[in-house]
Amino acid sequence: MSDTTQDGAIATSVRPSPDDGLTPAELAAKYGLSVSGARPGLAEYIRQLWGRRHFILAFSQAKLTAQYSQAKLGQLWQVATPLLNALVYYLIFGLILGTREGIPNEVFVPFLVTGVFVFTFTQSSVMAGVRAISGNLGLVRALHFPRAALPISFALQQLQQLLFSMLVLFLIAIGFGSYPKLSWLLILPALALQFVFNTGMAMIMARLGSKTPDLAQLMPFIMRTWMYASGVMFSIPMMLKDKPAWIADVLQWNPAAIYMDLIRFALIDGYGTENLPPHIWAFALGWAILFGIAGFVYFWKAEERYGRG
Amino acid sequence: MADLEKNDKRADDGARVPTVIADDVHIVYRVLGGSGGRGSATAALSRIVRRDKGESRGVRKVHAVRGVSFTAYRGEAIGLIGTNGSGKSTLLRAIAGLLPTESGKVYTDGQPSLLGVNAALMGDLTGERNVILGGLAMGMTREEVRERYQGIVDFSGINEKGDFITLPMRTYSSGMGARLRFSIAAAKDHDVLMIDEALATGDRKFQKRSEQRIRELRKEAGTVFLVSHSNSSIRDTCDRVLWLEKGELLMDGPTDEVIKAYEKETGR
Repeated sequence: MSDTTQDGAIATSVRPSPDDGLTPAELAAKYGLSVSGARPGLAEYIRQLWGRRHFILAFSQAKLTAQYSQAKLGQLWQVATPLLNALVYYLIFGLILGTREGIPNEVFVPFLVTGVFVFTFTQSSVMAGVRAISGNLGLVRALHFPRAALPISFALQQLQQLLFSMLVLFLIAIGFGSYPKLSWLLILPALALQFVFNTGMAMIMARLGSKTPDLAQLMPFIMRTWMYASGVMFSIPMMLKDKPAWIADVLQWNPAAIYMDLIRFALIDGYGTENLPPHIWAFALGWAILFGIAGFVYFWKAEERYGRG
Repeated sequence: MADLEKNDKRADDGARVPTVIADDVHIVYRVLGGSGGRGSATAALSRIVRRDKGESRGVRKVHAVRGVSFTAYRGEAIGLIGTNGSGKSTLLRAIAGLLPTESGKVYTDGQPSLLGVNAALMGDLTGERNVILGGLAMGMTREEVRERYQGIVDFSGINEKGDFITLPMRTYSSGMGARLRFSIAAAKDHDVLMIDEALATGDRKFQKRSEQRIRELRKEAGTVFLVSHSNSSIRDTCDRVLWLEKGELLMDGPTDEVIKAYEKETGR
């Protein structure tokens, strides 16, 4: 039949054709038609994603700009927000609670601010990841693109946000006596690895969040627990010196603590290698590769199912 | 007009070349929080505790498309008609591969695209940046976007009343916004093109212009699908019509026959 209709529908125009009698699948095979919305292979998927790199970048920049476009101070908030954030933590933990036993002031302030900024980078990537699919269903249901473009784009937006924060951080470091030196260059590989780790996390959370949007409610609590456990506002070895050593080891090897420590070490003069756990670069690389690859494959596995309401 | 184009696009053996084959397509939406109006926290808790065969009780299923099959050929312009909520837009999304089917398959030639770029645009950005973002979102390269930028802006007519393209899109009137959206979406060439109510936007002058553009796209594209509630615009652009009702394909045939039956049924 040329006009294949279901039972009960009226086929009003039937023209004779050599394709009469073929099943839909046979007809599709004869003319080389492919199943719509099928998941591409991993290599093909990466190729498609690479083809969309300009979209990923443009989308992340657009999101970043749109964020503060209604505020009077506009893009100034990109810098003001992290600055205020650092101020709040300094007020509470630096001045009032005083958890800085054993750390001199010119180390503690940049130590704290680095911790807050670097952790916020991971935190906001995870939070944006949860809503990457579930919060953009309209986009997913309207246009065709590899869905991984969304979590990657959101992670990239957080990276650009972090670059503004880094400006603030450099000023604070200089203000507290740590001047630019060669070791500052170590920030680049550390942030690159953290970005890969964050992107992997964002992709895992995007798949989980697309199935269970409730995660957006739950994640802030998990992230806060993670933050307190990662030594953002205190030094893990000093805080836990009375407890069994393995607790401090585990906490120090968690990815958030690793990336924080690396950037502190690179930036702050009084924060030397004695504060770092052994094999820290190996761990930084390992976490990035593990989560980057696992997150990507995990996300790709459900590619054809995103967008189902 | 339509028949002229159709005839010269036949395959070697005289058969028409299919571009889209829908084979018994079913689509089911799962809606959270739609069950029986019980929205309290205790009700939600009891839903989690008492589960039935893997399907959680809070989820309600909406069977939006029920067993639709048809074959579309190269050079056809197919209208989809039906009352609101009959599954027209859902079917289009499934053809485009944007909504997974519950059962059944959709086979397509190349990548069908939905003429709907709205979702990628952001009201807080200027029209200018939205043109670029929308073009990239549809899969154009940066060079293509740059090439077609001026064409898109001119076609939309946004700048006819002043320099509006550099203003944020949220400041546009709904008509202006719709014109820019259509212009961005229509800038790309597609193998299989699907248009959802896009013609109803803008003033009379812009409607004429967009109908003209759709005819052009149809010449370049293999197949065009058009969802519309305007029978006249279906008559103007389509040569075949699918009539959907409650997710089922009620009628499939030449425009005049189907529209006549549809008008009789809906009392117009």
